[in-house]
Amino acid sequence: MITSFLMKSLDRSILIVVAILLGLALLVPALNLLTAPNHPLHVPTYLVSLFGKYLTYALLALALDLVWGFCGILSLGHAAFFALGGYAMGMYLMRQIGARGSYGNPLLPDFMVFLNWKELPWFWYGFDMFWFAALMVVLVPGVLAFVFGWFAFRSRVNGVYLSIITQAMTYALLLAFFRNDMGFGGNNGLTDFKDILGFNIQADGTRAVLFAASALMLALCLILTAAIVRSKYGKVLVAVRDAESRTRFLGYRVEHIKLFAFTVSAMMAGIAGALYVPQVGIINPGEFEPGNSIEVVIWTAVGGRGTLVGPIVGAILVNGGKSIFTAAFPEFWLFALGGLFVLVTLFLPKGVVGTAGAYFARRRAERKARANEAPDNLAIEPMAAE
Amino acid sequence: MNQTIGQSKPTSILYLDGVSVSFDGFKALNGLSFVIEPGELRAIIGPNGAGKTTMMDIITGKTRPDEGQVFFKGEIDLTKKDEAEIASLGIGRKFQKPTVFESHTVWDNLELALNRNRGVFPTLFYRLTAEDMIRIEEILTTIRLATRRDDLAANLSHGQKQWLEIGMLLAQEPELLLVDEPVAGMTDAETAETAVLLKEIAKTRSVVVVEHDMGFIRELGVKVTCLAEGTVLAEGSIDFVSSDPKVIENYLGR
Ligand SMILES: Nc1ncnc2c1ncn2[C@@H]1O[C@H](COP(=O)(O)OP(=O)(O)O)[C@@H](O)[C@H]1O
Ligand SMILES: [Mg+2]
Repeated sequence: MITSFLMKSLDRSILIVVAILLGLALLVPALNLLTAPNHPLHVPTYLVSLFGKYLTYALLALALDLVWGFCGILSLGHAAFFALGGYAMGMYLMRQIGARGSYGNPLLPDFMVFLNWKELPWFWYGFDMFWFAALMVVLVPGVLAFVFGWFAFRSRVNGVYLSIITQAMTYALLLAFFRNDMGFGGNNGLTDFKDILGFNIQADGTRAVLFAASALMLALCLILTAAIVRSKYGKVLVAVRDAESRTRFLGYRVEHIKLFAFTVSAMMAGIAGALYVPQVGIINPGEFEPGNSIEVVIWTAVGGRGTLVGPIVGAILVNGGKSIFTAAFPEFWLFALGGLFVLVTLFLPKGVVGTAGAYFARRRAERKARANEAPDNLAIEPMAAE
Repeated sequence: MNQTIGQSKPTSILYLDGVSVSFDGFKALNGLSFVIEPGELRAIIGPNGAGKTTMMDIITGKTRPDEGQVFFKGEIDLTKKDEAEIASLGIGRKFQKPTVFESHTVWDNLELALNRNRGVFPTLFYRLTAEDMIRIEEILTTIRLATRRDDLAANLSHGQKQWLEIGMLLAQEPELLLVDEPVAGMTDAETAETAVLLKEIAKTRSVVVVEHDMGFIRELGVKVTCLAEGTVLAEGSIDFVSSDPKVIENYLGR
């Protein structure tokens, strides 16, 4: 059952992207680790981590595409799920520091010692174990999305109203995580990580493995999402997007349909956040900034919503552009981003990948039409010759 | 309670008694009562704003009545249930404006409508069985869209969308079908074909058709209920109803 479910997802564009991701997962670490720093093909470690970061953004955009592109739920709070996954990973990394912190406390992270706390808060228990943290990475965003979605979808909050409450959700979390007494490091967040699974987090090898893990996880989630949207359930998602009440009158529980996609999407966003944190070395409340969630929407729109591959391309293009642009004209980036969004909305409503896909589909249809005409002509000519 | 209506409740497929609903003080339905027998094909006519669509909203759980009873098969209280539950009970509905899933193919529209388990996981792992394929093929033939199966619903003509929607209702296998103005915007030929189609469909289930087109109603040749201002004005054969002075004044005379 599961294999046939997954097999359905493997159409050409998905296969190509999965193959590229697998190739990158091998090639980039190899070029970083096996070539000398002065070799022309050498990939410096800072680039490995930079591209690794883009891949986690791509995973976040993919997660958003599942709900926005396929079900029409414009979530403006997806960065919150990303940040929660990031915090879960950050808590594990904090506890790995152990007695090596500035205060040398074997149990309490530095910021707690600084706040004069005497014992570890209960919700930090278990985070010394990787498996537990990994579970929380998907569980915490998943449960939040489930509870949030349960109420929102049951009371049929739709469209702009839903978008606004997702913004409110991420904003509320931003304020909460800023507070020192929440126990997540307040303003400064969690940082100064040392090890992950016993490996030095700064080491080239660790960075390369984190990059490969990001690429593999993105490929895996792409296959999973593709399988979801190609299934009958995926068709129901699109049906809800196009004609919600029609779907209801057919007997589908629209709130359950939405809730499943929203929860799965939040879990994927959490995984993206968990891979992001060790590569950038910090997680702080700034990740809950409402603007972050809006940026994810822009990446998705630029790449092409509802195409799965598009959001991945969009996230990498826009963030690559951002890295280059902010180095040259840091103060203009937001204007450039806003302008890009307007241009894409006006001239490329299907996004880069959506537009390219439509172009190729038209070309294929034309070629097929011509191929169909040709045999007729051949059949007629001999007759005319007789 | 209306005495004569009350007696027919246990054997009826659909039973409405004293149903009223108002929107911002405006009574869209005002003590509406009628009964549909199992297997019956009933036509409902009435001027614009008479409350015909609102009546369907109430039966299908979209709108809750302020007062009155709505029972399905004599014992299921529909006022306590929501759209999805009512649809699963076996009540299908065709909207006034044709609503199909535009970005899906004709085939997928029917597949989605097919009366199968509609939960998240059953749909996630659903595989098209031979039985389901045969059923969809049958419906495609019935609604005359067999050659358009792989086309997007968005590319169908208005009349074809109406038929596709009727096909989706067939796939749903409802016991009671509510059809709101099926021939609005259709050509005469399409209208005649739709009458044949509905009569065919009504052989195996109860159907309630709301329509304005008197020619179409005559073609159906069934019992007619005329609504006006949210209540029943007259009920009977088309000739009986159309000779009723109240009906002439409220509806036909306009
Ligand atoms: N949801 C609603 N909110 C406010 N008014 C409504 C609503 N639904 C219907 N109405 C009003 O109720 C009356 C009956 O409408 P409707 O049932 O659509 O009539 P019909 O289908 O017979 O033309 C109309 O005056 C309409 O404006
Ligand atoms: Mg109407």
